[in-house]
Amino acid sequence: MKKLNPIFEWFILLFCTGTVCFFLGVILYDLVSKGWPVLSWAFVSKGPTAGMTQGGILPAIFGTVMLTLITAVFSVPFGICCAVYLNEYAKDTWLTRLIRASIRNLSGVPSIIYGLFGLALFVQSMGMGTSVLSAGLTLGLLSLPYIITTTEEALRRIPASTREAALGVGATQFESIRDVVLPSALPGILTGVVLTLSRAAGETAPILFTGAAFFIAGGSGYLNQEFMALPYHLYMLSTQHQAIEQVRPIAYGTALVLLIVVFFLNLTAFYIRYKHRNNE
Amino acid sequence: MSEEKIKLSCSGLNLWFGKKQVLKNISIGFPENKVTALIGPSGCGKSTLLRCFNRMHDLNPDTRIEGKLLLDSEDLYNRAISVTQVRKRVGMVFQKANPFPKSIYENINYGLKINGIPSAERPAIVESAIKESFLWEEVRDELKKPATRLSGGQQQRLCIARTVALRPEVILMDEPCSALDPISTLKIEELIRKLKEHYTIVIVTHNMQQAQRVADKTVFMYLGEVIEEGVTDSVFNRPEKELTRNYISGYFG
Repeated sequence: MKKLNPIFEWFILLFCTGTVCFFLGVILYDLVSKGWPVLSWAFVSKGPTAGMTQGGILPAIFGTVMLTLITAVFSVPFGICCAVYLNEYAKDTWLTRLIRASIRNLSGVPSIIYGLFGLALFVQSMGMGTSVLSAGLTLGLLSLPYIITTTEEALRRIPASTREAALGVGATQFESIRDVVLPSALPGILTGVVLTLSRAAGETAPILFTGAAFFIAGGSGYLNQEFMALPYHLYMLSTQHQAIEQVRPIAYGTALVLLIVVFFLNLTAFYIRYKHRNNE
Repeated sequence: MSEEKIKLSCSGLNLWFGKKQVLKNISIGFPENKVTALIGPSGCGKSTLLRCFNRMHDLNPDTRIEGKLLLDSEDLYNRAISVTQVRKRVGMVFQKANPFPKSIYENINYGLKINGIPSAERPAIVESAIKESFLWEEVRDELKKPATRLSGGQQQRLCIARTVALRPEVILMDEPCSALDPISTLKIEELIRKLKEHYTIVIVTHNMQQAQRVADKTVFMYLGEVIEEGVTDSVFNRPEKELTRNYISGYFG
C-alpha cells in the first residue's frame, strides 16, 4: 500500500475534528445568542402568562426535575440489580445470552415506541392515566437498557482478582459483590446513570402521550397529575403555538435552560470520574 | 519427614475444566508448620491444585472435582463445613496484590467484620496483623490512606496481613512475588520464613531460587501430575526423575 504523506493524514484528522466542532459551535452560538437575553430570574421562577407569550417556564423546569427523579427511582435500582444478576450470577447459557441480546436491542428501539407502549401499559391498562408517574415510568423503561448495559460494562472491568480478594477472606458471593465489587464499579455505574438520566430528561416522544401537558398553572407536585416538561414545552412553543413568532424568544430561552440542565448533569458525571481517578 | 504431622492433604484428586482434565490423580500431603513449594512449568496445574484447597473453583460451573481433600481429618468439600469457613481456615495470597479499594486499616478490618469478630477486638488484631507482616513501621501513620497508594511490595504484604489477621491454619500463596522487585521479594520471603512458625504454608512459585530459599519441601508437577516430591534439598540436588532434573536445570519451562 502506498504510504500517505503524514502531513496529509494529520490534515484529514484535523479537518474532521474541525467540522464537528464547527457545527457544535454554530448550534451553541445560535442558542446562546438568542436565548441569553431571555434568561432572567423571573424566567426560571415564574409560570407562563398571557397565553405563554410572556412569563417564565418554572412549571416546565419543575416537571422535568420531578420526571427525572421518578425515572431514576424506577430505573436505577432495577437496572443495577439486573446487571449484577447477569454479570455475577447468571450462568452463560443460551437463555442469558438471549436476555442480554434483547436488552442490547431494546436500547435501539425508537423512543416514540416507548411512548406508545407507556400509553398502552401505564396510562390505559394499569389505569394511571396521563400523569407524571406514567411518564416517569415510561422514561424509566427507556433508560433501563442503557443503565443495565453500562453497569454490566463497569462490572466487567473489575478484575476477577478483586472478587477473589473478598472471597479469600471468607466473604460470601453476595458480600463480595456488595462490599467490594459494587464500590469498585461505582464510578463507572454512576457515570452511566447520570448520562442516561440526562438523556431521559431531554426526551420528548415518550412523554408526549403519557402525561406531558400543554399548560399547567404552577407545578402541582402530585404523581397522578399531568405536568409540563422542558423538552415538550420547547416542542410545543416551536410547532404548536398559535403565535409562533411571538414566543420564539421564550422557545430559545427554554432550549438554553434544557441545555444547561443536561450540561450540569454531564458535568456531574465528569466530576465523578475525575474524583475517582484522583483516588486511585 | 515421616514423623511430621500432615496438616493439609489430598488423595485421588482429579479435576476437569469442561472436558479437559487438568489434574490427574494427585495424592499429596503438606506438613504442618512447614513451607511446601509447588514448582513446574506454566500450565502444569500448580495454581489449579492450590485453589482446590480453599475451594476457589466453586464459582466456576465448568469445573468438576473428584477425590478427597482433607484439612486435618476434615473433608473440605463436605457439606458440614461451609465454603466461607474453609476460606477462613485456609487463607490465600494471590499472584497480583489485590487490596480492597478501601483504606489500609479497612483492608484488614473487613475480613474480621464479615467473620463476625466483635468490633472491640478488631483494632488490636489489625495492628498485630500488620506488625506480623513487617508493615507496621511503614504504614503506622497512614492507616486511613487508600491501600492502592502503597507500593506493590507493600500491597502484597498488606494482603498477607489481611490473611494472617483471620488466624488461618494454612496460607496458600500463588506466586506472591511474581510481580515484585527483588528487594520486595526478599522481604516477603523473610516474612514467609517467619510465618511458618504459626502457619502451614503452600507456595506456588516459578522461581527455583525462591523455592530453595523458603521451602522445606518441594513438589514438582508436570502436565497435571505430581512427578516428584521430597525435601527441597534432595529434590534440587539429587532429583530421582529425569523430568525433574531437566526442569530444575532449565532445559524446559
